Order: sequence, then structure tokens, then C-alpha cells
Amino acid sequence: MKRVFMKGCEAIAEAAVRAGCRFFAGYPITPQNEIPEYFSRRLPEVGGVFIQGESEVASISMVYGAASAGTRSMTSSSSPGISLKSEGISYCAAARIPMVYANISRGGPGVGSIQPAQMDYMQATKASGNGGFKMMVLAPSTVQEAVDMTFAAFDYADRDRNPVLILCDGVIGTMMEPVVLPEMKSDEEVAAIKNSKKWAAIGHKVDYANRGWIQPGNWSTAIMQQGNEEAAVMYENWQKNDVQVEHYQVEDAELVMVAYGISARIAKTVVDKYRADGKKVGLIRPITVYPFPYKAIENLNYNQVKAILDVEMSIPAQMLEDVSLAVKGRCPIETCLCSGGNLMKKEQVMDAVAKLI
Amino acid sequence: MEKIYARTKGIRPDVVSGFCPGCMHSTVIKLIGEVLEEMNIIDKTVAVLGIGCCGLKMEYMSYDNITSPHGRACAVATGIKRSNPDSLVYTYQGDGDFASIGLAESVSAANRGENISVIFINNGIYGMTGGQLAPTTLLGMKASTAPKGRIAEEHGYPMHMCEILNQLTAPCYLERTSCNTPQNTLKTRKAIKKAFQNQLDGKGFSMVEVVTNCPTNWGLDPLKSLEFLNEKMLTEYPLGVIRDNG
Repeated sequence: MKRVFMKGCEAIAEAAVRAGCRFFAGYPITPQNEIPEYFSRRLPEVGGVFIQGESEVASISMVYGAASAGTRSMTSSSSPGISLKSEGISYCAAARIPMVYANISRGGPGVGSIQPAQMDYMQATKASGNGGFKMMVLAPSTVQEAVDMTFAAFDYADRDRNPVLILCDGVIGTMMEPVVLPEMKSDEEVAAIKNSKKWAAIGHKVDYANRGWIQPGNWSTAIMQQGNEEAAVMYENWQKNDVQVEHYQVEDAELVMVAYGISARIAKTVVDKYRADGKKVGLIRPITVYPFPYKAIENLNYNQVKAILDVEMSIPAQMLEDVSLAVKGRCPIETCLCSGGNLMKKEQVMDAVAKLI
Repeated sequence: MEKIYARTKGIRPDVVSGFCPGCMHSTVIKLIGEVLEEMNIIDKTVAVLGIGCCGLKMEYMSYDNITSPHGRACAVATGIKRSNPDSLVYTYQGDGDFASIGLAESVSAANRGENISVIFINNGIYGMTGGQLAPTTLLGMKASTAPKGRIAEEHGYPMHMCEILNQLTAPCYLERTSCNTPQNTLKTRKAIKKAFQNQLDGKGFSMVEVVTNCPTNWGLDPLKSLEFLNEKMLTEYPLGVIRDNG
């Protein structure tokens, strides 16, 4: 397999194109500008459309429109920009419109900082907009994973007719790594995917029952509740079928770290350091942060595990709440945190572990 | 007996209008349906609906439609049209939607010369939410959020969207019409047809601003609302072609 050296943001964009994404609209914000810039060069080469929207709000609405017309579509932003997009994301979820978006997250709240952070966990997994909808949220910890997840995200989105979020911290988005890119979908495959979406609003023969009707709401509260119930079943099925989690040196571990994204990568280095000294340290890495891998943490042997260490680049800790739900008070949970755009230091994690073993 | 008039195929055969008595929404919706049918393009049309009374239109149309977030109709239409250039895409938006919350999306789509058609319903007030101040509310006109009426020093002046968009280079066609008389209703019909034809011909952004009434929130019966429209609204918003590059 041919390996290429790519920046995370550009690799995400290329993976999307290869997955059949033919529409991107976005608005500049650091640290994700390489995504729209890459799309602006790349999409015209494959007959796709790139638009720099007048705002994040407009960009997500353009994606809502393009995806409603059946085109595999994407947008991206960084933390404060994602807040602005929450309107359109909620509309996509309500109308069951498949689309993919990436949050190359930075420090917050507010305009925050342009440096990497993991401070949008709650927004990503609990309330990405009004109305209690959920999305699959994939959290890469390498550029390769960002590529593979972006490629897969379009299939998840189409399968569920629901938005999918790539929750990618600014480190993964801006660093360069060697990656193997997925095979490009052919024009015929891309067209077939689009044509398979019979629900799309592109114009239909006059037929009230079968018109393309994209409804982010309904005047009937009964129909609204029915939609909510159907979505809830889908969310439950994700928990059964779509959880992805990495167990690293967990089997005999007495201290288990829980970390995702770049924090997990740093934590993994720390596991290796301690394992070299014979210390029983392990790592559980949520790959899907929604659905969250509760069972992986719930099913730990708490006669063996003495403590859990939640490692994340957010103060206050956010994923901690999900970890707590799974641990159910069976062992102490400590945290190792940094925030505001500061990168987690290996030494900080080493020290936090040292206090617990 | 020969059938000389029938409901347009652009409207569902099984619905009764739920708009308030005297409201011109139903007139404009009928005109759009008739024009689409006449042009034989219903099967390629996608309507993008704004929020508010415009959104009620989803219940009546027989063809594809999408409800956009409040104010974003021109952005949603941009997404549909650019990714599916064969569709005829038009937005149907009120004054709050097009000229207030959606001002950025409206002006930007017009400035890009998006090949879409906009039917902009200007009745000078927020209808569905109950008569609040709109960017198009006349000076002195009362609103539920401007109980003393629109005051220039506090609320600024009514916005003239045709004239604002006429400052831009890209738009192809801008016309202000009304449905206050049979003659003007026919002119509105003609303008809608022209806006759609421009799109089919790839000429870019067209907008028809239809000055209409809101008997309910103006607090007037339908006939009195027509008098108000004739005397006040059309003085502030004179009818006519503002630009025609078609």
C-alpha cells in the first residue's frame, strides 16, 4: 500500500473526496482552514462543488440543502464555529439528512484559543443542538484513523440518515503523518449512491404521497413523537452494534487510564513507559465517544483495578461524567487534565499515574 | 359542460387553505403552482420554505420541498441548486426570514448571483408569531413588540430589499409586485414566471418581492387591510421592475 505524508486536515478532506463527498461548504476558522482550502482545490477536479459560505450558519445550511438533494456532503469548523453550526446540524438530525462534519477542536469557551483542546466533548456527545438528538461521534487519535473514520463516516451517515461528527482535536488536525488513503470511489459508485436516495428533494413526478419532503419538524405532535421514538431506537442500536473501543494492556492492569484522541496517544506512551518497569498500567480508548463504550469500563474487574485515571484536555473534565457512569463508584477515579489550548504533557500523565500506583 | 377552471396540479388536490381569511399567501401559492404547471416543470421543482407562515406552504404543495432554518433559505437553495443544477429551486420567504434573520444569506446569495429564484412575501410584520416588528414595518405602524408604533429613532426605517439588492452587480432580475388588484395579481404571475424562466436560462439570481397583507396582525378585516395596503404599503414600497437583465 502506498503511503503518503499528509497533514490531518488535508487527509480528512481527501478521505472525504474518496468516499464520494461532492459538496463542501465552510467558513474560515483556525485550526481547520486546510480542510476548506484543500476542498477548494480538489472538488472541482472531481466534478464536485466547493463554496466558502458567508458564515458557519450559512455553510451548514448549504450542506443541509446539498445533502437533502442526495449528494454526499460535508462541512468542518472549529469549536466556536461548531456552536454556530448547531442550528443546521439540528435541522439535519431532525429531517434525517445524512452529512458529515468535522470539529478540529480548540480551546474554549468563547473565542477561546486557537491551540488544540478537547473541550467540546459534552457539546459533541450530549447536546450538539436543540431537541435532544444524537449522532455517532468518532474521535481519531492518529491521522490514519482520521482518514479511515472520515471515509467510514459517510457510510454511517447514509445508513442511518443522520449526521456523523468527526471530533478531532487540533493536534491530529494540524500534524503530518504518513497515511494510507482509501481507494477512490468511482464516478459510477458516487452516482449510484446519490440515485439510491429516493427521498431526496430534487424534483419528482407530481405525486403528493411520494414527493421529496424534507421535514425538520411537523405540525403534528404525534408525528413528531413518532420521529423522536424512531431516532431513540436508532441511538440504542448504536450502543449495541457500533461501539468502537481500544483496550491497551488492560487485561492485568491495576490502574486503567481512559483517554481519547491525542490524549489517548500520549497516555499510550505512558503505559509503555510503566510497563517497561513492570507496572500494571493500561488504557481504555473510546474510539466512538458516542456511542460511548460504557461496557468496556463497566466490565473491568474491580477486584483487580485499583483506580481509574481520566486523562483529557479539558478543565473541568467532561468525559469524566461518562466514565463515572460506567465505574459506578466501584473504585476511585482521578483526573489528569490540561486546558485552554495547552497540550497534555507526557510528564504530567506520568506524575498522575505515579500517585496512583 | 366544458371545464374551464381547475385547481392547479401544483397544489394538493385534497387540502383546504388554512391561511387566515383575506391573506394573500394562498393567492401567491396558487400563482406559483399555476406557473410551474404552465411551464411544465413541476416534476423538477424544489421549493425551499422559510420559517413562519411561509412554512405552512409545505402542507399545500404537491411537489418536492424542504423547510429551511429561519432565514437560511437562500443558503439551503444554494446547496440544492449547486449540487443538482437540473432542479428548479426557489425560496418562499417572509420579511422576517429574508430581510432580518436571513439578511446575510439573502444578500450573499444575491451577490454570488446564485441561479435561484426568490419569492419574497413582504407584509410588513411577523405573521405566525403574532405581529412583532419586522424590518419592513412602516413608520408609525403598531406591532406587538412596538406598541407605540415604529419609531425611526428607536427602530430605524423600513428596509427596501429590492433597492438594497439593486446595489449589487450580480442579480439578474428584481421586481416588486402586489396582489391587491386582479391586474397586479396577473403582473405577479408574470413576474414569477420570468423569475423561473431566468433560472432555466441560467441567468442567475431573480427576486420577486410581493407586497401583501396580514389582516390578522394588522388588526384589520380583509377589505380594510386592502385599503391599508393600497394607501400605506404601496406608498412605502412602490411597485415596478427595479432591475431586468433578463
